[in-house]
Amino acid sequence: MTTFDETTGRVAPIAAKHQRGRGYDGHWALVWQKFLRHKLGVAGGIVVILAYFVAAIPEFIAPVTLEAYNPAYSYAPPQPIHLGRDDGEGWRWAPHVNAYKSEIDYNSGRRTFVEDPTQPIDIGLFVQGEPFRLFGLFPTDRHLVGPVVAGQPFFVAGADRLGRDILSRTIYGTRISMTIGLIGVSLSLVFGILIGGISGLFGGVVDNLIQRFIEFIQSVPSIPLWIGLAAAIPSTVPPLQVYFLITIILSVLGWTSLARVVRGRFLAMRNEDFVKAARLDGCGPVRIIFRHMLPSFLSHIIATVSLAIPGMILAETALSYLGIGLRTPIVSWGVLLQEAQNVRTIASAPWLLLPGVAVVIAVLALNFLGDGLRDAADPYSD
Amino acid sequence: MQMSDNLVEIRDLRITFAGSVDVVQSLDLDIPAGKTLCLVGESGCGKSVTAKSILQVLDHPGRVSGGSINLRQPDGTVLDIARVNPSSPVMRHVRGADIAMIHQEPMTFLSPLYTIGNQISEALTLHRKVGKREARAEAIRMLKQVGMPEPERRYDSYTFQLSGGQRQRAMIAMALINQPRLLIADEPTTALDVTTQANILDLLAQLQRDTGMAVLFITHDLGVVAEIADEVAVMYLGRIVERGPVREVLEHPRHPYTRGLLASMPRLDGDFKAPLRAIPGMVPPPALRPSGCPFHPRCDWARSDICTHKPVGETELGGGQTVACHAYGPAAHLFTRTPIAAPAPVAALRRGERALAPLLTIRNLHKHFPIRAGFFQRQIGAVKAVNDISLDIFPGETLGLVGESGCGKSTLGQTIVGLHRADSGSVVFRDGGAERDLRTARGAEARRLRTDIRMIFQDPTGSLNPRMRVRDIIGEVLQVNGGHSAAEIESRVQVLLEKVGLSPDYAERYPHAFSGGQRQRIAIARALASDPKLVIADEAVSALDVSVQTQIINMMKALQAEMGLTYLFVSHDLGVIANISDRVAVMYAGRIVEIGTTEAIFRNPRHPYTEALLAAIPGRGQRRSGARIRLAGHVPDGSAPLEGCAFADRCRYAIDACRTTLPPLKGEKTHLDACLRSDEVQLRPALAQEQLAPA
Repeated sequence: MTTFDETTGRVAPIAAKHQRGRGYDGHWALVWQKFLRHKLGVAGGIVVILAYFVAAIPEFIAPVTLEAYNPAYSYAPPQPIHLGRDDGEGWRWAPHVNAYKSEIDYNSGRRTFVEDPTQPIDIGLFVQGEPFRLFGLFPTDRHLVGPVVAGQPFFVAGADRLGRDILSRTIYGTRISMTIGLIGVSLSLVFGILIGGISGLFGGVVDNLIQRFIEFIQSVPSIPLWIGLAAAIPSTVPPLQVYFLITIILSVLGWTSLARVVRGRFLAMRNEDFVKAARLDGCGPVRIIFRHMLPSFLSHIIATVSLAIPGMILAETALSYLGIGLRTPIVSWGVLLQEAQNVRTIASAPWLLLPGVAVVIAVLALNFLGDGLRDAADPYSD
Repeated sequence: MQMSDNLVEIRDLRITFAGSVDVVQSLDLDIPAGKTLCLVGESGCGKSVTAKSILQVLDHPGRVSGGSINLRQPDGTVLDIARVNPSSPVMRHVRGADIAMIHQEPMTFLSPLYTIGNQISEALTLHRKVGKREARAEAIRMLKQVGMPEPERRYDSYTFQLSGGQRQRAMIAMALINQPRLLIADEPTTALDVTTQANILDLLAQLQRDTGMAVLFITHDLGVVAEIADEVAVMYLGRIVERGPVREVLEHPRHPYTRGLLASMPRLDGDFKAPLRAIPGMVPPPALRPSGCPFHPRCDWARSDICTHKPVGETELGGGQTVACHAYGPAAHLFTRTPIAAPAPVAALRRGERALAPLLTIRNLHKHFPIRAGFFQRQIGAVKAVNDISLDIFPGETLGLVGESGCGKSTLGQTIVGLHRADSGSVVFRDGGAERDLRTARGAEARRLRTDIRMIFQDPTGSLNPRMRVRDIIGEVLQVNGGHSAAEIESRVQVLLEKVGLSPDYAERYPHAFSGGQRQRIAIARALASDPKLVIADEAVSALDVSVQTQIINMMKALQAEMGLTYLFVSHDLGVIANISDRVAVMYAGRIVEIGTTEAIFRNPRHPYTEALLAAIPGRGQRRSGARIRLAGHVPDGSAPLEGCAFADRCRYAIDACRTTLPPLKGEKTHLDACLRSDEVQLRPALAQEQLAPA
């Protein structure tokens, strides 16, 4: 048997290309290479990683704790940061904010805040503050950024009605808001893969019934249903349990789209030639599913999941905003936004919308990441 | 600028993709007015891109980066299309009104949301001021002209209501409604059945004669060229390598590439089992265009002192033929120009007498697919894909299975291999005295059968799991069916890779690293991994380019001789079937209508359907004579209840009895047919007098 020229390199340039070893790259390496070419997706990915990093250690990143308040700074606007100071001997590097003097205009009843340069508050990195336990384990009192002298007013993103730091509260809110999406989606994923897999694998009447059921669930207006379910949670339930109940409520509706994706993939994959070839090789159903089919659409599922998380985040925000989701003392972006329900408040204290900005950034980043992953999920198309 | 009788003159055209890669380089091409010019070449040679550049409809990263495309206007002036803004009114007028285009796949080209009449009259009203009623009348007249049955009714049809051939007719009508001076046809018949293809080619030839338009016909099939072309231009890697009148080029090909293409084409004259000569290698991507003459790495004549680095120019050969090859240029005396060597004959397996017991015996096999409807999936009918088929396959032979798409040939193959469960009948596999029925085999027996009967799929991309390494793909069957150690599997994979002409160290790679031809080799290695007796090749070479196809066919023949394989070769390509098969079975509407030795089927067909299939092979018919056999219509819907012969409605010999009695398969053992009138009518073998000359 001769070896054909096709492979002995008579077309030399092609053979040379193969030498570089791209052919040895597996599926995930190719997905990764393709994902890296999606610039927006990579940017989204970095933001998402940062967000989850913040969610993991808000105690360290936030300047003050959730409970810290300063009644004198009720509705105080963001303090501008000054990088240096001129103390007669020339300009000197000394990052600081200035304390506020508040003046009350008795005619309008409004309080205005004016910077007081005589009371500079030095700020720094890794400063001492309130003690906490990192990851609940390691006791420390260092904070990423804050006033050098603990307890001095530091409101770079403004304060709310009770004089609490919006920035710190938004950072703490990240933990709940970002994880509720993750946990909710994991629950949906279990339901989705299970039910979608059954639907796609068995087909026929089972498939028909499941699909009609999914259509029924999808046709139920979601907000009223959430409201109904959330209202059914007794007010005596501790906040942490409310959190879990809310994730379950969200995933009860969220699994349907995932189930459809999984079913569609199963159906399409079932008729792929390589699956037929595996059947002819004598593979049983379990081996076909786990060795041949599942790896083929795992990347698609990951992409779908990353696109489903934003929906969960938005749903939680909406519920909490309406006052039927999470409740204080648990802090999420939606809970924080409750403060900004009133147009007059927003007009006089727009910095209360900072948690809303966080929601927008998180959702956009996750969507970009999901888009990038979805494009990269099938790296063989070009 | 003086233009003779050329409608379009392309000079020094350069088309660049993604900023740097020249897909087309210094291309000169004249499209003569009122003639058909065929542009031939393998895929990746830049044929379609050239055609699209004439209409300025290149896909996104591509653009014309040099040269001129001069279109002669009716008033004598010349328009350089390459200099016109693609979205300018001038260009919009050129498209559709002056130059029209038809494509390979009309289903994606025509909108599914509008009736075809709607789309045809829109093409008309865009370019001419006509009223609604007038447009309708004109469109119906056009539909009639392109041979659409019932044009008035079809005017209001949607694309999904039409058959493939009818869609292609509708698209042609749409292209011709403005009486363009140039029609660009980009592989318009490639996706069609051979019988439909013959009809469309006839139609295009006739329309060309009637309207006097020029046609630029793009194809990879030299048979089609012989059928329709006045002139031929052969393209390789973005350049024209040879052009001239069709007879000159096909009968006296000069360029080694043209010669190679002709030599790799299965032939139906003389000994059609003669081994084919494949062009080595494959078309490299344009980014890796070899220096000097781009064809030199695949060329037998190539001289390392000239061809590898000296750019090649065109040489006029007289008789309107030009060729771009050093062997005809100033350095011609250095070349010997040996004729293409006949390939070493592939050792044929010494076959015993036909008295041998068949390897596989199929008796009264039925496979019906239920048609279900409604919420509870009630069965309302059945498609009889395989309908009462009886067949013997003898050890060591190749049985070819031909027929139009939808005739059930793939279903038959898949039922034998076990992808479908047959409804009734028996499939008995005989190996060393032991007989096993595929329909009742269980457990270890079924496992033995799975390893004894293997299958090669059509699409080499879809049939290899992209997530698995080549080693795991080939070794899967050994792993699953047990009894092999990892080391055994590893060494078996190495042996197999070498057998199919691939380097053993490719085992660690993934399928995406390979070309289509190489992937098909991997698929063949997988099929052979379990040392099978019978291999079912379902259109195994249909998705490949001509030269690669020939390489694979030759390799399959060699493997058959070496390993004592038996093939069931399913294909719609009669040339390939003739070349590889010992016996041929012709299928129509789920039944076998004729079966016999290759010689008998091709030289002495006894069923009118076989006759029509043979007559439809492009390039074999009497050129432009009215007395050719053409099939109208298509394979009947497999769910319709049928009495009598399924072919009767399309048969030109049919009598009343044909519609009521089902003809049985009868005749001598070496040649059976299912036609009531096979003894009284004299059928023509379609081996025409006018054949393509040997290269």
